[in-house]
Amino acid sequence: MKSKGRFGPFGGYYVPEVLIPALEEIEAAFEQFREDPNFLKDLNALYTDYAGRPTPLYHARRFSEEVGFTVYLKREDLLHGGAHKINNTLGQGLLARYMGKTKLIAETGAGQHGLATAIVGALFGMETKIFMGATDVARQNVNVHKMKLLGAEVIPVEGGTGTLKDAINEALRYWTAHVEDTFYLFGTAGGPHPYPTIVRHFQEPIGREARQQCLEKAGRLPDLVTACVGGGSNAIGIFSGFLNDPQVQLVGVEGGGKGLHTTQHCATLCTGTVGVLHGARTYLLQDENGQIRDTECISAGLDYPGVGPEHAYLKETGRARYVSVCDEEVLDTFFLFSRMEGILPALESTHALAWLVRQKGLLPPDTIAIANLSGRGDKDIDIVEHHRPLTARSL
Amino acid sequence: MNPYQSCFSKLNRAALIPFFVIGDPSYDISLQLVKAAVDAGADILELGIPFSDPVADGPTIQKADLRALKAGITPAKALQFIREITAYKPIPIGLLVYYNLLVQYGTERFLQDFKKAGGTSVLVADLSIDDADEIAIPAKKAGLETVFMATPNTPDERLRRIAEKTTGFIYTVSLLGTTGERQALSNAVRPLVARLKRLTDKPVCVGFGISTPQHACEVARAGADGVIIGSRIVKFIEEAPDNPEKMRENITRFLSEVRAALPPKGPTAKTDA
Ligand SMILES: Cc1ncc(COP(=O)(O)O)c(C=O)c1O
Repeated sequence: MKSKGRFGPFGGYYVPEVLIPALEEIEAAFEQFREDPNFLKDLNALYTDYAGRPTPLYHARRFSEEVGFTVYLKREDLLHGGAHKINNTLGQGLLARYMGKTKLIAETGAGQHGLATAIVGALFGMETKIFMGATDVARQNVNVHKMKLLGAEVIPVEGGTGTLKDAINEALRYWTAHVEDTFYLFGTAGGPHPYPTIVRHFQEPIGREARQQCLEKAGRLPDLVTACVGGGSNAIGIFSGFLNDPQVQLVGVEGGGKGLHTTQHCATLCTGTVGVLHGARTYLLQDENGQIRDTECISAGLDYPGVGPEHAYLKETGRARYVSVCDEEVLDTFFLFSRMEGILPALESTHALAWLVRQKGLLPPDTIAIANLSGRGDKDIDIVEHHRPLTARSL
Repeated sequence: MNPYQSCFSKLNRAALIPFFVIGDPSYDISLQLVKAAVDAGADILELGIPFSDPVADGPTIQKADLRALKAGITPAKALQFIREITAYKPIPIGLLVYYNLLVQYGTERFLQDFKKAGGTSVLVADLSIDDADEIAIPAKKAGLETVFMATPNTPDERLRRIAEKTTGFIYTVSLLGTTGERQALSNAVRPLVARLKRLTDKPVCVGFGISTPQHACEVARAGADGVIIGSRIVKFIEEAPDNPEKMRENITRFLSEVRAALPPKGPTAKTDA
């Protein structure tokens, strides 16, 4: 597996020796089943009948008028579970099943990946444990509740800042002790090889469909495609459809938190430096000694000091551009967009929308943009209410 | 002969190898404790540089890392610490480190500085044998030995490659899991040590979960050339938070007991293995 899993200088599998056999086993199974007709038949049936693929490409008319150019939304928020995460969990869950595994573990930040894993755990009758930072357990309570209802065990992780990074640490630790019967269903396009490749593969339908739909609806390719970047799975999913179309600009939007001049953000590609964490060589938020920095972002799903290695590579080669928006802009956009389109967007996805709002007046009116609406915002209403209580506002 | 070879060949029993996180709970107390361990009969030291995200470690060592980080320990201070220990007594020192700390310092420069401080070998917790050269080449250049890990689920073909890349000793992980005390010794130890002994002449030291003199004795009887004791020792620091004297006494007593429990090497030990 040595030569694989590298994106230029990034990627790899920097993990303790004990995890290598499990990663090799997953890699081999992925190579075996990715083109297997039975596997594909099963996966496609799940995508269409269970998850709700293909998702529509929706022309957001009022929002387009507001920003002054055409905006299409890839509606991953309409999928079962409310986010793109289900594409990956159905894929990996099915892989685990084909491998004969009976137990799943996963880490989660916002709870969306945990929820999507709990869904496939229930669907396939697999014992499921979800590791979740204690801070996130508190701020994403609705999702915790849902996971439990679906039969998953939620394990709060107290270490560190109690966010996604700590949940990954703990899931990796648990896995080292249970590698023989447990499949680690990794949630984003990061971590050790083969995960960045596997997650990207199962998220590729987003980009494939979006490209086709845009050609049908607009009669041409978009000028730009934008998506939020936490670990980078929804972004790599939609970008993958356009990587070979050099005229299409790719823009990843990171969590600017309280601003890049502070340490309270998670804009890894915008401000980070190269290092090794959670199995991959990639950009990280770290201090000069290599200790990983605490991050902060209004959106739990973006609150992570690393990023998938393929994004590091896309940044380095200049194929994609990475920017950030701050919590306050995200909140402004959340209200604006909800009232304009009748859709509550996930705070993660709202980062991409907020960046589009910032382009108002800067892009020619004939611009066509696609934003990946990676998830819906129901899970975030408590957070929004906490920051901007409706009760205190004159409506 | 490298420092490990001469150490193992001089000893008529398994080497006693305590592990500490450098700077836990503070630079000065840590220095006293490690010196006390040397005085209590440690043959080799395994020292770790604290890292914010130690995924190979269980809760006890995680907490030690956090204490040391709070105390302001950096890789540069860790090197200073090692200089002070080797000045106190020349003893082989194996370093345990997470890769990102080396990458940020500059792997080559770090290893050279570590060698100058008196260090002997380096083990990167999150670097597998497949990427061995990222560490083995600069280590060799710096005049350091390499230590790689073998675990119960490592297949023979990998064990052979691990043995090949190892110039110090093979860090044999006794169980599937992270560091931490265990009630009973894992029953994976004996078969793994036996498998390694069949495949290689490289010294085999066993760690993870060794928590009592009895465990250490069993591991030695299984044929190990050294026993590495981490969490049990680090726990003495956690257990007496404001009492360095008590930490020191407990560590000294425990190490003396373990040392006394290690059986002499001989024909019985060989057949047992
Ligand atoms: C709706 C939504 N979008 C985006 C993300 C960010 O993850 P990724 O960057 O892997 O798409 C999350 C993570 O929880 C999410 O829930």
